Amino acid sequence: MNQSEFLKTVMPFKDKVFRLAKRLLVSTEEAEDATQELYFKLWNKKENLKEYKSVEAFAMTMTKNYCFDRLKSKQASNLTLVHSNYKEKDTSLDKKTDLNDSVSIVHQLIENLPEQQKIIIQLRDIEQYEFDEIAKMLDLKPTAIRVSLSRARKTIREQLIKQHNYGIN
Amino acid sequence: MELTNIERLLQKYLDAETTIAEENTLKNYFLSDNVAPHLIEYQPLFEYFSISKQEVHTKPLQLNTKKTNWKWLSVAASIVLLVSLYTGYEKNQQRKAEKIYNETQVAFNMLSTNLNKGNEAIAQLQYFETAKNKVFK
Repeated sequence: MNQSEFLKTVMPFKDKVFRLAKRLLVSTEEAEDATQELYFKLWNKKENLKEYKSVEAFAMTMTKNYCFDRLKSKQASNLTLVHSNYKEKDTSLDKKTDLNDSVSIVHQLIENLPEQQKIIIQLRDIEQYEFDEIAKMLDLKPTAIRVSLSRARKTIREQLIKQHNYGIN
Repeated sequence: MELTNIERLLQKYLDAETTIAEENTLKNYFLSDNVAPHLIEYQPLFEYFSISKQEVHTKPLQLNTKKTNWKWLSVAASIVLLVSLYTGYEKNQQRKAEKIYNETQVAFNMLSTNLNKGNEAIAQLQYFETAKNKVFK
């Protein structure tokens, strides 16, 4: 696989990789590093990429695993990943969420979910992958993903209703 | 979009039974301006989803890497270090050997001059021998 073929294969899902990394690692810089690292890895494996039915699914799995490793080593070095550890660049998202408090609350609510549910929300509600694809990426059964996703959505909804009522009272 | 349908879809959504198309229907409904008041708390959720999808990776990606260059650099540096250590060691050994050689050379010279003195003495003895032979025929 030469460079242009490689780029044609892997570039379309670059932003998805980045967003998943950011979902898990929180900071933009960390997510950019993770994306860079992942594309190194893909580039080094470029000869084998044709063997995969879906390079995109493979890349998402790698991203997830890489981020988990990063998180583990962070925990090992006693550095907890919290927002205050990082200075965020001004991204379009931040600006928009400033405009709307309740939208940034959603961000916070997703942040508080267990990792697995976070990933599933990211892959389904934001990236809009089919359940089969997500199942492949996470090596889980589609039913397990539905259960997890339903739990995550209900948690967020409950919290949102709570917030909403709190705002009214 | 009629309200009952939206409510039905919402229930399916919470049970994770909706298809992508149905989720898009929900998204479009909540991003519109006429959301029913009792469903308004869902609005930020779908807003958040659509905003999040717009975030893109802007930093340029490198494939032929600076990072691996650093790795190779460190490998190269360690090789240079090892080689220089080795040659330094060799040089040192050689110098030591030369010193020892010179010292032994000096010692041998001393030995040989002393031996030569002995030889001269023996040569003088030869005179006595010939003189003695002359006397005692």
